[in-house]
Amino acid sequence: MSGTHTVFPPPSAGEGTLRNRGGEGSDGAERSSPPHEDRALSGSRVPLLRDFVPAQPLLTQGPPSPIPSRARPTWDEQDANLGQARDRSGGGSAAEPSAPQSGYNFAYLDEGTKRMIRRAILKGIAVPGYQVPFASREMPMPYGWGTGGVQVTAAILGRADVLKVIDQGADDTTNAVSIRRFFAKTSGVATTTRTAEATVIQTRHRIPETPLTEGQTLVYQVPIPEPLRYLEPRETETRQLHALAEYGAMHVKLYEDISRHGHIATTYAYPVEVAGRYVMDPSPTPKFDNPKMDGCPALQLFGAGRERRIYAVPPYTRVRSLDFEDHPFRVQEFTHPCALCGAKGVYLDEVLLDDAGNRMFVCSDTDHCEGRRADGHVGTGEAI
Amino acid sequence: MLAPGFADPVHDAQATFRAVMDALARPGLPRPLTPGLTPPAPLTPELAAVALTLADADTPVWLDAGLAASPAVAAYLRFHTGAPLTEDPAAAAFALISDPARCPPLNAFAPGTPAYPDTSTTLVLALDAITAGEGLCLTGPGIRGTTRVALAPLPEGFVAQLAGNRADFPLGVDLILTAPGRVAGLPRSTAVTEG
Repeated sequence: MSGTHTVFPPPSAGEGTLRNRGGEGSDGAERSSPPHEDRALSGSRVPLLRDFVPAQPLLTQGPPSPIPSRARPTWDEQDANLGQARDRSGGGSAAEPSAPQSGYNFAYLDEGTKRMIRRAILKGIAVPGYQVPFASREMPMPYGWGTGGVQVTAAILGRADVLKVIDQGADDTTNAVSIRRFFAKTSGVATTTRTAEATVIQTRHRIPETPLTEGQTLVYQVPIPEPLRYLEPRETETRQLHALAEYGAMHVKLYEDISRHGHIATTYAYPVEVAGRYVMDPSPTPKFDNPKMDGCPALQLFGAGRERRIYAVPPYTRVRSLDFEDHPFRVQEFTHPCALCGAKGVYLDEVLLDDAGNRMFVCSDTDHCEGRRADGHVGTGEAI
Repeated sequence: MLAPGFADPVHDAQATFRAVMDALARPGLPRPLTPGLTPPAPLTPELAAVALTLADADTPVWLDAGLAASPAVAAYLRFHTGAPLTEDPAAAAFALISDPARCPPLNAFAPGTPAYPDTSTTLVLALDAITAGEGLCLTGPGIRGTTRVALAPLPEGFVAQLAGNRADFPLGVDLILTAPGRVAGLPRSTAVTEG
């Protein structure tokens, strides 16, 4: 394909989107994926998420949304058929609050459940990084779809909030569309795709590129909240390790990375120390995002539904990625800028374009990318 | 007759919770809190709002001497929250304190356990005034650099008690401070010194 510099369209949104999870498993997208991974991904409809079992989601079911436009579609183009999405800003990316669907309490959860979750959130804020047990409820979506984050969001959400939901940085993937629609239906709050407009941002595995501000709350969906779980499977033991601040095993794990690979090969769910005390799993965000957690002006809340834990990082809190003096923490670097908007210094997704191995790197944060393109920034649009 | 609870139980509780959450996330920074409650004295509207928002049958509530002396307060809290009232401060999930100058020592309350520091007591105090920008000096998570807040009234030696509370981190009690129309937070993670 070399020589034919065609402008390749980005993939369509929806469940079958071929998006490489660049942060999970590979050491940044500058290293090409193993060939078998390419082969496995190319040409077939592969579920976006390993832990997504598209069973029979009820309230959260989104329609398949294969929208083959060049720009990634805004969510309410897809939601327009609900008849409740309305333009607010003219940009077509925000919806006014509407009357919630009758039959549900505001934001789905009953008040007793919200009280229990709210108490856990307050304890989490008071003890940064400590995993507070809570009585996680069955939600109308399977575990792995963000039931923890959804419960935290439901407990904090108010009528005046503006909600943004992202999945791997994108506003338009199944998980994000489903959860946004879930809250639009059950609470009627305004939703947006714009980071700067949102007061509550629920995220799956990314922190927006646009710097967060005071007054915003970032809610993470967490699959495995216990950073020591793969080192010590017993909850009774990990609880004692946290109580004693005994994190030697984690340093040994990072050291073994160095002895085996010559560098710390952990690229996502990279352990952090919060406020000088608890070691915390930042959820499977790429380690690229770890520095954004440090001293962040926004409140960060973490919900793990299946594992029944809530934890928090208050604003302006020291979040230190574990490392060694001779092997300091470093984030991934990308050799190419975003092919759509030309952004550098942002986290990129590898997008496979065809069966011939052509791929392009584009911003993982769709809102950031759209905003830059609206401002006139243009990438090469070329495959690599 | 029993005083009513929140006019809008869902959204008034949510607004109160968000004020308390923001207050604990940004220690020493007062947040507005206007719950519109008319609880029986000496229970203040702000104390009542926090209790109605966070307490239920799972959370034993301890009342200070002034509140415990009023059967109307106990009836109000029992009816609106369903929370059991306890006379043992170390057994309480929440402690409501209407007379902060005679607040029992902080170590009388449950500090949690090393494995479960969340099993501690949260104190809710009804102060006369919370003034940002002067008074005690606060540092810690949620605070950019340092911040100052003046609290009145406080018991004798309160700053030393807070220092002891902070020294046992992650054990310790958390304080939700209320004053007419406002709420501030003082979680156990905050280091407090005299200005």
